[in-house]
Amino acid sequence: MGKTTIAVALGLRAAEEGKRTIVCEVSSQENASRIFEHTEVGFHEVEMAENLWSISIDPDESMREYVLLQLKVRAMRDMLFRSRIFSYLAAATPGLKELVTIGKIWELAQLDRKVKKGRKYDLVIVDAPATGHGIGFLQTPRTFASIARVGPIHSQAQQLDRLITDQAHTGTAIVALPEEMPVNESAALEQELRSEVGVAVDRVYLNGLYPERFSREEAARLAELADGENGIVRAAARAATSEHGRARSQRAQLARLRRRVEAPVKTLPFLFEPELGVEAAQRLARRLT
Amino acid sequence: MPAVDEILEGKDICICAGSGGVGKTTAAAAIATGMAARGLRVCVLTIDPAKRLADSLGLRELGNEATKVDPALFERHGIEMKGELWAMMLDAKATFDELVARQAPDEESRDRVLDNRIYQQISSALAGSQEYMAMEKLFELHTEGRFDLLVLDTPPSRNALDFLDAPRRLTQFIEGRSLRVFMRPTGLAARVAGRGASVALSVLKRIVGFDLLADLAEFFGAFSGMVDGFQARAKRVNSLLADPHTCFLVVCGPQGEPIDEAVYFHRKLVEAKLPFGGVIVNKVHYPAERLRGDGADLEATLTERLDDADLARRVAENFSDYQALAERDARNIEHLATELHTKGVIRVPYLDEDVHDLGGLAEINRYLFASSEQRIEIAAGRA
Repeated sequence: MGKTTIAVALGLRAAEEGKRTIVCEVSSQENASRIFEHTEVGFHEVEMAENLWSISIDPDESMREYVLLQLKVRAMRDMLFRSRIFSYLAAATPGLKELVTIGKIWELAQLDRKVKKGRKYDLVIVDAPATGHGIGFLQTPRTFASIARVGPIHSQAQQLDRLITDQAHTGTAIVALPEEMPVNESAALEQELRSEVGVAVDRVYLNGLYPERFSREEAARLAELADGENGIVRAAARAATSEHGRARSQRAQLARLRRRVEAPVKTLPFLFEPELGVEAAQRLARRLT
Repeated sequence: MPAVDEILEGKDICICAGSGGVGKTTAAAAIATGMAARGLRVCVLTIDPAKRLADSLGLRELGNEATKVDPALFERHGIEMKGELWAMMLDAKATFDELVARQAPDEESRDRVLDNRIYQQISSALAGSQEYMAMEKLFELHTEGRFDLLVLDTPPSRNALDFLDAPRRLTQFIEGRSLRVFMRPTGLAARVAGRGASVALSVLKRIVGFDLLADLAEFFGAFSGMVDGFQARAKRVNSLLADPHTCFLVVCGPQGEPIDEAVYFHRKLVEAKLPFGGVIVNKVHYPAERLRGDGADLEATLTERLDDADLARRVAENFSDYQALAERDARNIEHLATELHTKGVIRVPYLDEDVHDLGGLAEINRYLFASSEQRIEIAAGRA
């Protein structure tokens, strides 16, 4: 889908506008650092470009950090982590990894950072898990808040849920492709986000839209040419007619998407480049408004 | 380069694995269709709630029970069904409930779990539970023996390997029962565990809150009678996955990132001693390598043929863009084949039409089940 590329492009744009920005990955796949051809960043805030930072949020590290913030004493934290009861509980409690991951995102977004030497960010961008897992991920605080009816976890989970659903400060974007199934999924995702998570989508990015290089008449001429030729002329004419076909079917999908989602749709061009690196993200950044 | 039917010769189970957005569901549906067309009784399972499989089979809905797909649907697209194709969408929560009912020693323990508030909240959302339930259903269907071949479309995991880990995670989850022992600090177990445990517990209470801890203990305690059953079953599920009659197919796209993930995934399969069958690369741009000429020449020739310099320039530009993608794909696939020490890379070209219906499925089938000679023809035809 190009979710990471768009997350990075949004980050580059905000950074250029002078906002201190961080892109958070939650999949430990280091896709963002790869775009910058940077070594793996891990659970560290690393500057990738001017004003643009990146972190890969590891749930275990987030848990250590969270517990330390709660207990304030490192020795006590380490004692807890060494105990069997804690390791069982940490491994077994469903959704705990997701919860502490969102907890770290919350911490990054605080104006008054909780971690030592933490500086505030103007914008925190999250490259969230893909459809299917995405809803469950964002629902975690709500689920925890209802499981723990009272107590510290209840109030903290509620706080995280408020962070996700706070329209004034948190925006949500869906990244889609101009194909039948991704369009269906994006429409379903928008609805589920509203009904299950309580989040209204602000924007849908339709990524990878082919340019319309040829008119219908030209495509017909080229199809004719392809039939009567051999070799490279035939190959080039065929490539042109298939480009024309794809560009058209993508426009039909774009129209379907616009009919089916409520959020405004912004299209981004397909980039004819072997590997999408930082230049590609920069080019996309200029197209984002 | 073998065809899918050669790879699946004598197999009972085919697991399609890979990261999201690479056409895994379509590949699973196409494989199941092709094998059913060849005379087998095939069932394709998905746990993806996005209705992708139903869409691609032209079905409206899929339930937790296998449904037979009408063979007439395929005949319209030139596929003759010699066997039968069944499809189902796994309902993780319903499967989990069934599993609990099966493992519970008595009705009371069953209801204690099913009625538990935490269980109800998480039985569908537990990390890895979807993956584990897919394995569970696969195991159940395999044991029943109603089908010649089961094709599993694994969920679009943010980590494609989640499901390999699923049985272990479930076992860990069940082992949370130990918490119950610790919750009774005066009990024998706590005394054996020593003072450290009670200190840890009091620290934990401070962070988590007593009520939640008690709820969790109750939750894990409800499972306590089923631990052995769950563990034994997880073990049998694991050996089914490692069985030589099981086959893992890795599905990926031709871009750098999906290729790297496929390499990583293959390594993990080998490490876990799971039977790797081959890799399917979707949406490949076929190169017209031998035809590559000088770009300027092409434009000149096109201008002459078309009598339209502007159109000729755009056609040449488009062709050079396409060739660049084709060369990238060829490079990436070569890298993949080297890393995997395999010639078993099946390429499916990037089709002109978006694949989302039976017509597209039939088209993909041509590539998945093509013999080596047919493949050469296909490649030549596309160039």
